[in-house]
Amino acid sequence: MENALKITGLFKSFKSEFLRKNIEILKGISLSVKEGEIFGYLGPNGAGKTTTLKCILGLIFPDKGKIEILRLPYLSLKAKARIGFLPENPYFYDYLTASEFLRFYCQLHQIKKADIEEKTSTLLSLVGLEKSSSLQLRKFSKGMLQRIGLAQALLNEPELVLLDEPLGGLDPLGRKEIRDIIVRLKDEGKTVFLSSHILQDIEMVCDRVAIIVSGQIINQGRLYDLISQKILFTETTISGIKEEELKRYGECVSSYGGRTLVKITDEKKVEKILELAHRKKAEIHSLVPRTESLEDLFVGTVKQE
Amino acid sequence: MKITAIALNTFKEAIRDRILYLLLFFAVVSLIFSRLLAILAVGDRVKIIMDVGLASLSLFGALMAILMGTSLVFKEIDKKTIYTLLSKPIHRYQFLLGKFFGLILTLLVMLFLLSLIFIVIVLLHSGRIEWGMFAALAFIFLELCLITAVAMFFSCISSPILSSVFSLSFYLIGHLSWGLETLLNKIKPGFGKTIAQVFYTLIPDLENFNFKTEIVHHLSVPPQVFLYSTIYGIMYTLFVLTAAMLVFRKRDFA
Ligand SMILES: Nc1ncnc2c1ncn2[C@@H]1O[C@H](COP(=O)(O)OP(=O)(O)O)[C@@H](O)[C@H]1O
Ligand SMILES: [Mg+2]
Repeated sequence: MENALKITGLFKSFKSEFLRKNIEILKGISLSVKEGEIFGYLGPNGAGKTTTLKCILGLIFPDKGKIEILRLPYLSLKAKARIGFLPENPYFYDYLTASEFLRFYCQLHQIKKADIEEKTSTLLSLVGLEKSSSLQLRKFSKGMLQRIGLAQALLNEPELVLLDEPLGGLDPLGRKEIRDIIVRLKDEGKTVFLSSHILQDIEMVCDRVAIIVSGQIINQGRLYDLISQKILFTETTISGIKEEELKRYGECVSSYGGRTLVKITDEKKVEKILELAHRKKAEIHSLVPRTESLEDLFVGTVKQE
Repeated sequence: MKITAIALNTFKEAIRDRILYLLLFFAVVSLIFSRLLAILAVGDRVKIIMDVGLASLSLFGALMAILMGTSLVFKEIDKKTIYTLLSKPIHRYQFLLGKFFGLILTLLVMLFLLSLIFIVIVLLHSGRIEWGMFAALAFIFLELCLITAVAMFFSCISSPILSSVFSLSFYLIGHLSWGLETLLNKIKPGFGKTIAQVFYTLIPDLENFNFKTEIVHHLSVPPQVFLYSTIYGIMYTLFVLTAAMLVFRKRDFA
């Protein structure tokens, strides 16, 4: 599989306002994103995710390092014609309406005049803004700005889509909708690179991730290689059996209204407790095996730092 | 097409700026004032109207060019609209040229409105059209192009306030540069003189675009002079724009 994005040894420092001292923000970032995958760029706030993206888009110039987009020099117009970018907390010309704004950006992509109208309305409905097409962007909520931002990133049917915290500032429903669009992009064969500091957002959609902490990639790979699939423990809520009896199978974490939450670390005992419940005609309200989540991995690696 | 799109968007943005209308208002006030001044004055009243009128158009046009030229690029960076714009397949110089032409278009519209008022006032007073006025207005426009380029150049290297100060100094010194020449002759040779000389060479003589006196007093201007001033203005504008593009090319938008 070819690389859609390849970064090698990227360094970037900023001069601090105070004393003009050089602060190194990116300390040798290397990563590669394969064509057709959803790649998660994970890290806590201030790790350097946005800085990396700004380098990729040529908004700032790295001190050192190489960037290739779709095997083209990253600053070339050819490369830029084939990518889409949604910045963090996007903000756009507030005096334009949603469709005026998209039409303006269509022109920058040199989309044919005849196709512009159709393109604009297709994208507005893709991101669920068809009703707001003639509303000025100044009246847009944060979530709506995020959506119109996504729409402008997709105008040119990009092969590589770069999204900086695309789910930031959205309500749960909004997050789901954007996540669905991201998955759809992958189904259409596009490559998606998305940054986030929220793990659940990435966990559900990404094929591979890179974890960045203070300007360095500390882990990179397939999500399921980084997270062990091993079941750590199983949680079950049962009613109709006394706590004393349940204690023999696992730890009774809490009980409320006759229901007891039991944490079982021994997998064999899970079967046993089910048999017991069956015999005693007790009720099982839930049974959840817990695997290691990205969250655990993330907290683990950040602590190691 | 890309430059045109950016220019038109810039125009849409610029004509919403309140500062523009504030300056437009003061320009109109001073045009009306020129008419009042003429009533009070002795001597050729049309000449006073034309003199004061053309001077106000030049001054307020320059203020518009400076205040907008130094803020337009800054606003794109400050509000982060430049992030998505520059991630589109455009060169940075195309962005800058788009901004430039958008502002030029705005200034053209403003100057047109003011000229209309100005011509009406002159017409009401004298009952005839002075064709020379159009030449004077054209050169005011050329000067505005140059000042816009200068304002944008400064805004590429410093903050809006500082670059407004620089551009305003440029405008003032540019119009007083004959004074600078006199001064230059009086300075003793040495380091100070060299600095002054560099300044004198770098800052254009904006009086080259001032045909007020000639036109008001019906002095004949040889066509070569018009030609020279035109070429001078265009070359200088191109030079400053190129410098701005070179600075802008390597800038970080952090
Ligand atoms: N222009 C700048 N000058 C100085 N420091 C900066 C600049 N931009 C970002 N930084 C610093 O770089 C670090 C990384 O920022 P950023 O890339 O935005 O992090 P992230 O997107 O991962 O939250 C932060 O500590 C931030 O303060
Ligand atoms: Mg960020």
